[in-house]
Amino acid sequence: MIVALSGDWVLQGGIPDATPVLRELDQAESREIGYRSEELGAWGSGLLTFLLRIAEAARRGTVGEDRSGLPEGVRGMLRLAEAVPEKAGATRSEEEALPLTRIGLTTIEASKDVLATLTFIGQTTVAFGRFLVGRASYRRADFWIAVEQAGVEAMPIVALVSFLMGVILAFVGAIQLQQFGAAIYVADLVGIAMVRDVSALMTGIVMAGRSGAAYAAEIGSMQVNEEVDALTTIGVSPVEFLVLPRVLALVLMMPLLTVYSDFVSILGGLFVGVTMLDQSFSAYANQTLNAVSLTHFLPGILKGTTYGVIVAMAGCLRGLQSGRSSLAVGAAATSAVVTAIVLIIAAAGVFSVLSYILGI
Amino acid sequence: MSALIGVRGLTMAYGDFVLMRDLDFDIERGDVFVIMGGSGCGKSTLLRHLIGLKEPAAGSIHYGDVDFTNADQTRRDEILRNVGVLFQSGALYSSLTLAENVSLPIEEYLPELSRDEVREVASLKLSLVGLAGFEDYYPSQISGGMKKRAGLARALALDPEVLCIDEPSAGLDPISSKLLDELILELSESLGTTIVIVTHELASIFDIATTSVFLDVESRTMTALGPPKELRDHSPDPAVRAFLNRGDEGGHTA
Repeated sequence: MIVALSGDWVLQGGIPDATPVLRELDQAESREIGYRSEELGAWGSGLLTFLLRIAEAARRGTVGEDRSGLPEGVRGMLRLAEAVPEKAGATRSEEEALPLTRIGLTTIEASKDVLATLTFIGQTTVAFGRFLVGRASYRRADFWIAVEQAGVEAMPIVALVSFLMGVILAFVGAIQLQQFGAAIYVADLVGIAMVRDVSALMTGIVMAGRSGAAYAAEIGSMQVNEEVDALTTIGVSPVEFLVLPRVLALVLMMPLLTVYSDFVSILGGLFVGVTMLDQSFSAYANQTLNAVSLTHFLPGILKGTTYGVIVAMAGCLRGLQSGRSSLAVGAAATSAVVTAIVLIIAAAGVFSVLSYILGI
Repeated sequence: MSALIGVRGLTMAYGDFVLMRDLDFDIERGDVFVIMGGSGCGKSTLLRHLIGLKEPAAGSIHYGDVDFTNADQTRRDEILRNVGVLFQSGALYSSLTLAENVSLPIEEYLPELSRDEVREVASLKLSLVGLAGFEDYYPSQISGGMKKRAGLARALALDPEVLCIDEPSAGLDPISSKLLDELILELSESLGTTIVIVTHELASIFDIATTSVFLDVESRTMTALGPPKELRDHSPDPAVRAFLNRGDEGGHTA
């Protein structure tokens, strides 16, 4: 049986249907298929795909194939396409795991994750110990850059969020308190709520999105470029060199940012008090000063610092765990933010329970 | 008829820093054209100019009769549709499987093909580079050499007239790199594809190049143009002879 090819065989026209040829092949007496290509014009992948379909069918039906009628170039490409046989076992089929298997696998994954996290906390603690005795190998410049990025550069967004939180709390309080003529207590509400809890919480969450994600992406990209491996081979601990300056910077900056946030949010409350609730500046300020004491202020600072540690550690851990592709870096950044926020909220819960028990 | 690609008085610069000036040469249809030169002379930058990723500081690049440098984006896209590029590390999209990587340009330019047809063509391209059966692997699951070949399959997806390759042998063992060279030659012979290669791998240069251009770091311009074997033995410029003889200046052996 002879297949005569004519005209242009390029992908733009789509791939011609090989079924008629295959049907002929089934019915034909002859046990060999040949080609004629005198009238063949331009050719490309369209022709090759078509010919490979026929070749496949011919092999299955044990029909011989005589390619001498094809142009030299086509024969060359077919040879190339068939040179390396499909690797046995290379083709993948996603196996559908049983529910029980999946539960097991997830549990093993989770326990590995817990172990990795504990290891990381241990390594960071050791690095911190070496830092305290002045033997940690990191660059001072890295630390100061981290301080600038996590501190000064975070001030505008922290100010915006805090001011608006102050305003929102003041409005919520005003609507309730005005009903029984106690609008002045808006100052107490805003002051105590922000200083004890909300400032630290909001700053922590802002920093998780800002610095935590940045740390994970930075260190993740370094994983992709094998920079982390390079550090290890020259005998520098990646935890000391990369994690330590970032954790230190956040531990140093978070209390400062929390105080800053306290101040700005009280200004937000003051703004509502003076402009909407007809209170005088000095009355509102006095009320705030009387309400907010050191027992509100110090726990706030402690919380802020804790959240700082959480954000920095989560960011660095996810970065170091990142895979070696651009996709993995994105996943690491996402996971860093999620981990940090989950842990911050959990820690906030623990703090609330503790202060209730301790009665402060 | 004018050459397939013409480079006219091209000056390449990063800001004020001039990398190369007065480059002037033609790449003819069916050539295997090698851009060679020492490290940092601007070989890869020249390739980036040819495919429009960088704009010339002066001069222009022509594809056939079209002035590519001064063409609008639509015209450029039309030209680039016929140019396949293999980047140094393969530049595969890590979120896509190999088959999806190869399918991407096909789906983009040939929307009339059905899903199955695209998949079939992608499989064909992968089998051409010896990766049959690896359709559903992700780039992170295969070796460096395989990534490179998968990148080649993607570059070939649209049956390009011109294939640009940046450092084909970088990061490959000698045998894989030899096999890749043979693959490139086979493609050039079977499909008549014009091939532009950036390399400083001498073995590769002598094996596959039909013509070449030498970029000289010292004088910041091209100092030789022609078939590499001829340049090795007869170039008047000692720097060119030294490069092609592995530093053994003026040697007529090998």
